[in-house]
Amino acid sequence: MSDHKTMTLTLIVWRQKNANDPGKFETYTAKDITEHHSFLEMLDCVNEDLINSGKEPIVFDHDCREGICGMCSQVINGVPHGGQERTTVCQLHMRKFKDGDTIYIEPWRAKAFPIQKDLVVDRTAYDTIIQSGGYTSCHTGGVPDANATLIPKEVLDYAMDAAECIGCGACAAACPNSSAMLFTSAKVAQLAVLPQGKPEAAARVQAMLNTMQECGFGNCSNHYECQAACPKGINVKFIAKLNREYLKALFK
Amino acid sequence: MILDGKCPTGPIEKSWDNHRFELKLVNPANKRKYTVIMVGTGLAGGAAAASLGELGYNVMAFCYQDSPRRAHSIAAQGGINAAKNYPSDGDSILRLMYDTIKGGDFRAREADVWRLSQVSNNIIDQCVAQGVPFNRDYAGYLDNRSFGGAQVSRTFYSRGQTGQQLLLGAYSALSRQIKAGTVKMYTRREMLDLVVVDGVAKGITVRNMVTGEIECYAADAVCLATGGYVNVFYLSTNAKGCSVTANWAAAKKGAFFANPCYTQIHPTCIPQAGEYQSKLTLMSESLRNDGRIWVPKKKEDVGKRPDQISDEDRDYYLERKYPSYGNLAPRDISSRSAKEQCDDGRGVGPGGRGVYLDYADSIKRLGENTIRERYGNLFEMYERITDDNAYKTPMRIYPAPHYAMGGLWVDYNLMSNVPGLFVLGEANFSVHGANRLGASALMQGLADGYFVIPYTIGGYLATVKPGTVKVDHPEFKKSKEDVSARNNKFLSIKGKRTVTEFHRELGKIMWNNVGMARSKESLTEALKVIPKIREEFWQNVNVTGTGGEINQQLENAGRVADFLEFGELLTRDALHREESCGGHFRVEHQMPDGEAKRNDADFSYVGAWEFKGNDKEPELHKEPLKFETIHLAVRSYK
Ligand SMILES: Cc1cc2nc3c(=O)[nH]c(=O)nc-3n(C[C@H](O)[C@H](O)[C@H](O)COP(=O)(O)OP(=O)(O)OC[C@H]3O[C@@H](n4cnc5c(N)ncnc54)[C@H](O)[C@@H]3O)c2cc1C
Ligand code: FES
Repeated sequence: MSDHKTMTLTLIVWRQKNANDPGKFETYTAKDITEHHSFLEMLDCVNEDLINSGKEPIVFDHDCREGICGMCSQVINGVPHGGQERTTVCQLHMRKFKDGDTIYIEPWRAKAFPIQKDLVVDRTAYDTIIQSGGYTSCHTGGVPDANATLIPKEVLDYAMDAAECIGCGACAAACPNSSAMLFTSAKVAQLAVLPQGKPEAAARVQAMLNTMQECGFGNCSNHYECQAACPKGINVKFIAKLNREYLKALFK
Repeated sequence: MILDGKCPTGPIEKSWDNHRFELKLVNPANKRKYTVIMVGTGLAGGAAAASLGELGYNVMAFCYQDSPRRAHSIAAQGGINAAKNYPSDGDSILRLMYDTIKGGDFRAREADVWRLSQVSNNIIDQCVAQGVPFNRDYAGYLDNRSFGGAQVSRTFYSRGQTGQQLLLGAYSALSRQIKAGTVKMYTRREMLDLVVVDGVAKGITVRNMVTGEIECYAADAVCLATGGYVNVFYLSTNAKGCSVTANWAAAKKGAFFANPCYTQIHPTCIPQAGEYQSKLTLMSESLRNDGRIWVPKKKEDVGKRPDQISDEDRDYYLERKYPSYGNLAPRDISSRSAKEQCDDGRGVGPGGRGVYLDYADSIKRLGENTIRERYGNLFEMYERITDDNAYKTPMRIYPAPHYAMGGLWVDYNLMSNVPGLFVLGEANFSVHGANRLGASALMQGLADGYFVIPYTIGGYLATVKPGTVKVDHPEFKKSKEDVSARNNKFLSIKGKRTVTEFHRELGKIMWNNVGMARSKESLTEALKVIPKIREEFWQNVNVTGTGGEINQQLENAGRVADFLEFGELLTRDALHREESCGGHFRVEHQMPDGEAKRNDADFSYVGAWEFKGNDKEPELHKEPLKFETIHLAVRSYK
């Protein structure tokens, strides 16, 4: 732990006033940054400096700052969330950078995620995909006892691996086709293996896949950039599972 | 005024069933004529919006994030309680009720807690039906773990992400209703005002956080499920956007604020690293099972590396002070003790604000692999944030503001004193008394949302004519003007200090003077300082940009302005409550051994404050608490 050492960094940041503005890169300096600053705290410091010098601070999405809400969304040096394995940008720390570094910061770039301002994009499309079928149609109340249906631990673990998705959008941002396949497949797979989700599995996979396309996301052509970018390590095996579920549904 | 919680009378076991039977019903065909506003779509609001939509009401739901899936409920790690008694270890609805009342240091209503315990079992069933992957054993049955303040194993969990999985369950139910058209979802909207017409809640005014437009929405009932307010301390385990703004807007329109001084400080969080710090991260309390907490005995040693301090020079202060409970002493005691050591100049790490949580002994005893199996993900998270390997060197931890037991006052039907205004989840005050037990907040949020409000709101709506007030009513016009005027005021000040600087300044005084240990002196001082910060804020804050665009500075300015008013109320409540109970610790009122000393004769009541204006004293209303099922006793975990 060396607290005395500080860094100075050059930031090249995407600035865009609103959805209609063409946008451009601006250059800023981040001063007095320690290795213990989180990436967002580094941006907080830059913003305080900008405000104090009469300039508009950089707008970026964030909320929990614990890596779980999926709100933060920045492409850092070309990589969504900055490239540290299983880490969201809010959990990235400045010890991963060194004094004098130049850092490029951009918003998610995908047709289905229009930029609203600076680094903030509209991710409503992910909600639309879930609304098309990412649930079991149970009513509030009137459901059986929780232990009435046993679920083997392997099945449960598989479902949980898929359910860990935080819906941040990094998968689509990383994909050369801007496909939302990893996101969609994680929900399809989770519910397809659980007994509670099985009855609607065929209708669900078709509806969600159609909606994904209608929202303007591309198709999956097996680049697997999504898995590399996913801060929760969601595995591409769920895409294969989605494809199997889709074929099953077609021949139903 | 003496407040009436309208709790059912008669045997507690039948209280909720009887009450449900007595509630009026809305005819199914009439339900769609009623519009309900749901502000907040976390566990409480998400579950409620989905359930009300499914019943046939016309629901408008609001949240400030870009999606309902991101409410701060998502961050809960540990688990959710229920009285299922699957392990057959002696649990029951009555025992869950008893633990919750006792854990809350006898400052909650019995009837509400009974109901919570009763419906807890339905919650687990509901979540499993939604596809929530709770952990299971190899035979396929649901697994349970133990949590603080209970001697039974009743906590259900999904790895370390229980809140996330429960919220995604509620979100999926909500998504289904949005698709069905019964719920209309308004994201990136921040509620800034409650609209009250002839004393009745009839709508809200929000800012569209994308376009900046000020929008009004009218309804037959308004529900707030807007979460907790501990960001009044600036640094807390809450998300950055959590605020008191919606609740405070309601308070300013007449809703009483109950027990604002009951705040929970969680003992195991990662300490602050520097002035720039923006939030604090919780480390699950389960870590205390195998870790030993210590600080150096001698002040001279605090700068040394921990491995340079020999065992006899270490003060395992919890084991010393509480020999029977040791490192598993209750949350409030552990938190306060850590503060005392640091105040004594024996804290470790930057700023001397930290204590060691040491695994060396258990690693020696059990092996590193066992520890990795139990806590691997937490050690990983710790390393990501601190760059320290806790297998090799002790963790540093420090208490942090975490949860608000206080909130808007509600009666048994979850309705505030303003007719038509309902409050759910962490935003109300109802069931946790002066201290919340682990794994009980998730339970409360879902109980309120799935199993309480769908009944009780019907009882209210059945008595009102639908659609009587529209957004063209003069009260809406006035509300819109007030909100716009306030935003314009922020933008026009163009002072010299940023919003964050003011928030930090408020947080410091709240933490130092109104935090873990409060005294008449510290509170009186805070009551002098807070109005000064507020005054300076309104003259010297610098809010950049305009109102007609995404403007995070403007959003924050509103939240901080509200905290600057609310912080004073919290302090006043703490000053008036001349006793120690749960999370509220007054140094003047303690047992010889440092335990909280309650004063049941004078303070066995809910303190609900009526806002009278910033320059006037708020008025205190009391709701006396009666204990008929569970007998008042000194809380002891020894
Ligand atoms: C780190 C952490 C760990 C925790 N772990 C546990 C645990 O293991 N077990 C447990 O039982 N409890 C735990 N808790 C507590 C528990 O998570 C919360 O008390 C609970 O989830 C609160 O739910 P809620 O629905 O009341 O509020 P929230 O989930 O906070 O939701 C608030 C909602 O209101 C909206 N909102 C707020 N203000 C406005 C406004 N002005 N306008 C519009 N919308 C607004 C937000 O957008 C959001 O949708 C934990 C809490 C934290 C912080
Ligand atoms: S801010 Fe919540 S995941 Fe990054």
